[in-house]
Amino acid sequence: MSSVKNLRYNFMKDLGAPVLMRFSSLRKKRHPRKLNPDFGPALKSTNRLKEIMTRHYFLSRYAEGAKPVAWVTSGAPVELLRAFDFYTFYPENHGALCGTQKMGPELCAVAEEHGYHQDLCSYARIDLGHYFSGKTPAGKLPKPDILFASNNICQTVVYWYKALAHYWKVPLLLFDTPYNFDKIKEHDISYMVRQFEEMIPLLERVSGKRFNYQKFQEIIYIAKETSITWGEVLATMKARPAPMTIFDAFVHLAPIVSLRGLPVALDYYRTLLSELKERIDHGVGAITNENKRLMWDNIAIWYKMRDFSDLFAEQGMNFVTATYTNAWAETIYYLDVNQPFESMAKAYSLVILNNNLNNRLELMERLIKEYQVDGLVIHSARSCKPYSVGQYDLRRLLMYRLKVPSVVIEADITDSRVYSEGQTRTRIEAFFEAMES
Amino acid sequence: MDYFTGIDLGSLSTNAVILDADREITGFSIVQTGANSTEAAEEALDKALANACIGREQIKGTVATGYGRGSVPFADKKVTEISCHALGAFHLFPDTNTVIDIGGQDSKVIHVGEGGKVLDFTMNDKCAAGTGRFLEVMASKLQVNLDEMGDFSLNAVGEVRISSVCTVFAESEVISLVAKNHPKEEIIRGLHRSIVNRVWSMLSTIGVQGSVTMSGGVAKNKGVVSLMEEKLGRAIHVYTEPQIVGALGAALLSQRKVQCTG
Repeated sequence: MSSVKNLRYNFMKDLGAPVLMRFSSLRKKRHPRKLNPDFGPALKSTNRLKEIMTRHYFLSRYAEGAKPVAWVTSGAPVELLRAFDFYTFYPENHGALCGTQKMGPELCAVAEEHGYHQDLCSYARIDLGHYFSGKTPAGKLPKPDILFASNNICQTVVYWYKALAHYWKVPLLLFDTPYNFDKIKEHDISYMVRQFEEMIPLLERVSGKRFNYQKFQEIIYIAKETSITWGEVLATMKARPAPMTIFDAFVHLAPIVSLRGLPVALDYYRTLLSELKERIDHGVGAITNENKRLMWDNIAIWYKMRDFSDLFAEQGMNFVTATYTNAWAETIYYLDVNQPFESMAKAYSLVILNNNLNNRLELMERLIKEYQVDGLVIHSARSCKPYSVGQYDLRRLLMYRLKVPSVVIEADITDSRVYSEGQTRTRIEAFFEAMES
Repeated sequence: MDYFTGIDLGSLSTNAVILDADREITGFSIVQTGANSTEAAEEALDKALANACIGREQIKGTVATGYGRGSVPFADKKVTEISCHALGAFHLFPDTNTVIDIGGQDSKVIHVGEGGKVLDFTMNDKCAAGTGRFLEVMASKLQVNLDEMGDFSLNAVGEVRISSVCTVFAESEVISLVAKNHPKEEIIRGLHRSIVNRVWSMLSTIGVQGSVTMSGGVAKNKGVVSLMEEKLGRAIHVYTEPQIVGALGAALLSQRKVQCTG
C-alpha cells in the first residue's frame, strides 16, 4: 500500500469529503421536498446518515492503493477483515442503491447480454453488469484486492463471487456455514472456527498487516454494541404510534450492513436511538394517523420504496417490523469478546436464511405479537430464492395460528421489469379492503 | 325508484350492471374495452341504462372496479375486483366459499366468508399463463372463434398434452401440433387442461374450500369449466353471464354504501 495514497485517503476522509459534501448539500437545499401530510416530521438523523454513507462511497475513489479493499457479502463476518483495516465494499448494498436509483433493469440487461440468466439474483446481475459496463450511481467503485463471501445468506454468492474472482483476478475467501436443520452442532462450530484460522495468513498477505488479537476483540465489542443498539432502534417501533417506519429502517440499515465493526456506525445508531426515544416521549409518530400496524417479510422492493411508503401511510397503515431489518439485530449479540471466533461462527451461522423454517415461523410469530401487528405483507422476491421459498406455508400457518390477514406481492428487489404495477396495486388495495371490512 | 351501478373496467371487456333498491339486476351490458377506457365505461353505462330502460338521473351511486377502476369519471368509489367478485358470487350463489375468477389478463382464487367478505386470495403473477389472454391468442392461432372453443373441447375424442404454461411457448407448441395434423379439438382440450392446471396450482396455495363459483369471461367456456369440475371432483356454480359478476359486486357495494350513508 502506498503511503502517499494513504495520506490522500485520510485527508479526504477527515477534511476533503466533509467540505465537498457540505457544498453539495447547500446546493440541494434549494429544492426542498413537498411535505406530505400523511407523515410526521422527518427524522433529523437522516442527514447524518446521508453524510456517513455518501462519505463511505465517496472515499471508495481514494481507497485503491491506500487501503486493502475487500468486496464482502452482506452476511459475511466482516469483523475479521476490520482487524486488518480493509476498506469494505458491499455489492448488495450497492445493488440496493442502484435499485433506489432505478438503475436495476439497465445493469441487469448488461449482465444478460454477457450470458447471465434473467433468473439469476438481480444483485448479482447488477454487480456483474457494473463489471462489464463500469456504470454505477456511486461514481466509481474501488477495485477489490480480495473477495469475501459467506453462503449463510444463499448459495448464489458462491458462484457470483467465483465469477468476480475470475474477472477481477483476485483471491476469494469463502466462509462456509453449514445449514441449521435443527440446533447448531459443536462440530459445525469447530469447522467454522478452523476456517477463520486458515483465513488469517491470506488476510495478512493481502493487507500487509499482522493479525492483532486485541484489535480484533475491540472490533467484536463494537460490532456487538452496534447490533444491540440497532435492535433497540428497531424496538422503538413497538411504541404506538411508532416513531419510524420500516421504510425508514430499510434506509437506516446501511451502516449496520456496510460499516459494522466501525465506531462510526455505533455512534450513528446511538444518535438515531436518542432521537427516536425523544419522539416516543413526545408522542410523535412516523405517520400522522397510525391505525393499523404491519409486518414486512423479505428484502425491500427498492425501486418502489417511496410509492409504497406513501400508499400505506395514506391508509394510516405503518410497517413497524420486518424480518429483513431484524436480521442484523437477531444473532450478532451472540458475539463474545472472550471467545471471538466461536461466537462469530455461531452469530453468523444462525442468521435467518441459514436457519430452518420453524425458526423463521417462531421469529415471525414473536415479532407479530411483540409489535402488535395487524397484517402481514409478504414480498415474494424473484431474486432471493432462500428468502422466498416457504413463504406460502409460513403465511398459511400464521393466518391459521394468529388470524393475521396477509397479502403476497410478487416482485423483485431491483429488477423492476418483473414488477406489474396494476396487479400489485390490486393485491394491495384488496388487502386494504379486507382489513377495513 | 333508486338504482345503483357497478362498472367493471377490465382488460378485454367493460361490464356494467344496474341494480334496483331491492338488489335485483334490472339491466347490464358487456362491451369491448378497446383503446379508450373512459369511453368504454361511458358506452357500457349507456347500454346498461338502455337495457334497464332508465335514465342516468335515476342512478344514486356508482362503484368502479377492474384494472381501469381509476378511469371511470362518474364513479363515487373504486373497489378492487377481488372484493367485487367475492360479493357478486356470494349474492348469486350464497353457499359460495371459493371463487375462481379467470379474466382477460389475470386469474384469481378468492376465499369468501360470511356476507361475501374476502377471507384470503391469490392471483397469477406477471404472466399471461392461465388467463383469458392465453385462450385468445390460441383461438386466433387455431382460427376458431373464442366462443366456440368450449364446444370444440367437449367434442374432442382424445387430448394433446401442452407442456408449456407460458403463452409464447405454448403458441409455438400449438404451431408444431398443427403442423403434425393433430385435430383442432384435441389441441383445444389440451390448452384448456393447461389453464386448469395453472389455476389449480394457485388453488393449491390457498386451498379449495366448500362450494366453488367460477366468474370472469373464461367461465363461459364449457370446456374449461368441465375440466375444472373434473379436477375438483364436484360441480361448479356458473352464472349465465359470468362476465358481469364483478360489476354486480360493485353495484351491490354501491347500493350498500348509499344505504349506510342514508
